[in-house]
Formats: sequence, C-alpha cells, structure tokens
Amino acid sequence: MLTKRIIPCLDIKDGRTVKGVNFVQLRDAGDPVELAKIYSDEGADELVFLDITATVDKRKTLAELVTKVAKAINIPFTVGGGISTVEDVKFLLNAGADKISINSAAVHNPKIVDEMAAEFGSQCIVVAIDTRNVDGLDFVHTHGGRKATLLRTQAWAKEVANRGAGEILLTSMDHDGTKAGFANEILAEISSALSIPVIASGGAGTMAHFKDVFTFGKADAALAASIFHFKEIPIPELKEYLIREDISIRK
Amino acid sequence: MKIAIIKYNSGNVQSVLYALERLEVEAELTDDPEKIHAADKVIFPGQGEASTAMSYLKARKLDQLIKELKQPFLGVCLGLQLLCEHSEENDTECLGVFPVKVKRFIPENSQEFKVPHVGWNELENLAQNPLLTDLPANPFVYYVHSFYAELSEFTIATTHYIHDFTAILHRDNFWAIQAHPEKSSVVGEKLLANFLRI
Repeated sequence: MLTKRIIPCLDIKDGRTVKGVNFVQLRDAGDPVELAKIYSDEGADELVFLDITATVDKRKTLAELVTKVAKAINIPFTVGGGISTVEDVKFLLNAGADKISINSAAVHNPKIVDEMAAEFGSQCIVVAIDTRNVDGLDFVHTHGGRKATLLRTQAWAKEVANRGAGEILLTSMDHDGTKAGFANEILAEISSALSIPVIASGGAGTMAHFKDVFTFGKADAALAASIFHFKEIPIPELKEYLIREDISIRK
Repeated sequence: MKIAIIKYNSGNVQSVLYALERLEVEAELTDDPEKIHAADKVIFPGQGEASTAMSYLKARKLDQLIKELKQPFLGVCLGLQLLCEHSEENDTECLGVFPVKVKRFIPENSQEFKVPHVGWNELENLAQNPLLTDLPANPFVYYVHSFYAELSEFTIATTHYIHDFTAILHRDNFWAIQAHPEKSSVVGEKLLANFLRI
C-alpha cells in the first residue's frame, strides 16, 4: 500500500542550516549533510532543502551542497528557494537533486511550469504555494507570505497541475508557526480536486495534527521544520503513533 | 569489477552513480558500445519519456546492443519500461527483452488514487531470486511513475497501487525494477548490492 510521507524541511543559508536544531548527536548543528543523514536514518521519507540565501553566488554554494547531500543520503530530496529559470533547474538536478520546487517564479511567469515539466518531466517539478485567508477567501501570497496576489489558491493549484506540476507543496501562512494544526479544510479541498499529490505544510504541533492532515486534510505528505529540529516530535515516535492510528506509513 | 551505466538522454543518472559510490563500487557512465560490451555488469537507469528515449537509443544503435548483452543487466524505472515490448506512453515500440506491455495507471477514483504513483510502497509476492535475497518481508521502495508493466511470467515481485503491477522482472541475464533502488534507503542498497553479486 502506498504510504503517507513525513518530510522534514531544512532552511539553508550560505550552505548552512539556519534555524536552530537540537540534536545531541550532531557534531555540527549547522551542517545540513549531517542533519540530512540523521533524518534519513530516523526514517524520514523525503527531505526538503529551502535555500534562503540572498547573494549572487548562491547557486554555486547551493549546488555544492546538493551534491554533498546526494552523495550522502539514499532517500529523495527536493531543493527550493529562488529558482526561476530552466537553467537553475538543470544546474540543481545535475548537482544531484531529485526534485526542485518553485514558488514566486511560477506566479510571475506561469509558463515556466510548462517549460520545466516539458524539459525535465513532471516528476521533478514541485510547485510551492503560500496561501493566506483574506476575509473568507484564499489567496496566493509571495515573498514568504508577505505579498498578496489576486490569484485564488484553489484556481492556481488547478492551473499549475494542468501546466505539468508533479506535486503541490501547500503552505498555509495562517497556520505556519502556530503549532495549532495544518490547514485541513483547504488542503482537503485542493487534494480532492487534483490528480497530483499534495504536500501539507504549516501548523504541525502535535502527532495528532499529522493524523488529522492525512485523514481530514487528505494530504499525501506532511512537511514540518522546527518540531523535528528541536525533537519535540521524534520521527520514529511519530511514525509508530501513525501506524497505531491506522495511517499507512513506511516502517 | 567494471560497471557500465548506459548514458542516454535520461534524467537523474547521477543518483545511481552516487548510490554505487556508497557501495564502494566504481561505475562508468558511457554510451561507448565497446565499453558496454566489456563491462561485467550493466545498469540502464531512467527517468523521462519512452518515445524520446527509444529514438535516442535507436539513433545510436544502443537498442540492438542492449538486446545482445550477455552479462547481468539491470533496468531501473523507465529502464524497466524500455526493456518491455510496448509502452502506452506515446504508443512506443520498446526493446522487447520482456514480452510484456506497459500501460498507464487509470484511477477508478482520482480522489483516492493520484497519478503519478509517488512515494514509498511495498514489494510483495517476492520470488526466490538472487536479486531478492535477504530482504525483509514486504520491503518498502520509492516509486515515481505513471506507467507500469503488466503482470507476467517474468514478474518476480509485485506492488499494489490501484491494482497489482510488476515491481521487478527477471529473464535470463536481464533484471528490471520499476522503483528507484538508488533512492530506496537500505532496501534499495540491498537490491543494488544483490545485483552486484549476481
């Protein structure tokens, strides 16, 4: 049976993990490769690396990191952050990334999704969507959720799926950082409407939130950062819990 | 031991090289017929679209070459599909090493079953086969695909998604796996290690 995926997300700046982490076994808390390896050994199903570097040299540093990660770990991983051209994608896939995720670039130039999917195949193109609810309606936001667009989230998700996205990573900016649970309502709405997998992000705080997002939220995968980094929820424990709750999970 | 990885217009060959590196085996990515013939083992990885891949192989006469190889040969993902007879992906005639048809997943209920089939799923109905020695029961492997090989007498493991499909094929010196062993954690490593020992 196909299982639901648990995906830790690592924020990267200048080739280093930025958000603090709390792993006693880590010799270097800022080394993304070491952290990636621990997550992989603990049973993470995939990893996401989000590059938040703002410098022009970032592509090279990021590609070097991607190669190190690809050599070290044997589970799939996605790289995102500031990717805007077909060239960017080629560079990172050649470096060893399995998938890339694009966000603002797709909003500014939707055709780029078609171009990337045609060039590299849908299976490696993840479109990340940041959504926020404004007076009862869901709108796509860019720039880390700060800038509103006129795109309705549900319609945009459908559009990128039609353009060839292989997966959607949906982050609710209203839920992100609250630890109050995922945005199950909009997740379920989008997941039901689309034939491609949806990765839920934003709001994970307890193990029950994961169960909820896989049942009520109809998500195919769930992503979280700090609760994993600070070991508030260890991945092996989370997976045991979900198996007990009858969610299909890889042991 | 000399391992040749067939170089063609396919995505993500690099990860297969890295996976072999982790097993401390050196492999060469090549489309040179002499080198492929001389290799002890050949790996045919793949990601991409069937008809484009087949045209590329034909243009370089790699299609004939592959069929004539006698050493242990492992097709991965699209590599498995290309070893079959025909693929529904753009109605493509494939290599025909396995007299098996490749079909598109058609979900009866798109809410429950997404296409592509992406993620970790179990290998089931494992046959006694050198490729499958010392694996745990129903081991999980990582999949990303929209097309599958139908069940056949050459199927040595199945996976269930919408219905049972062929997870692994074996005929003579040819093995082929639909999942990505290079991304399938310890189970994938074991499969690759088993292949290297054949």
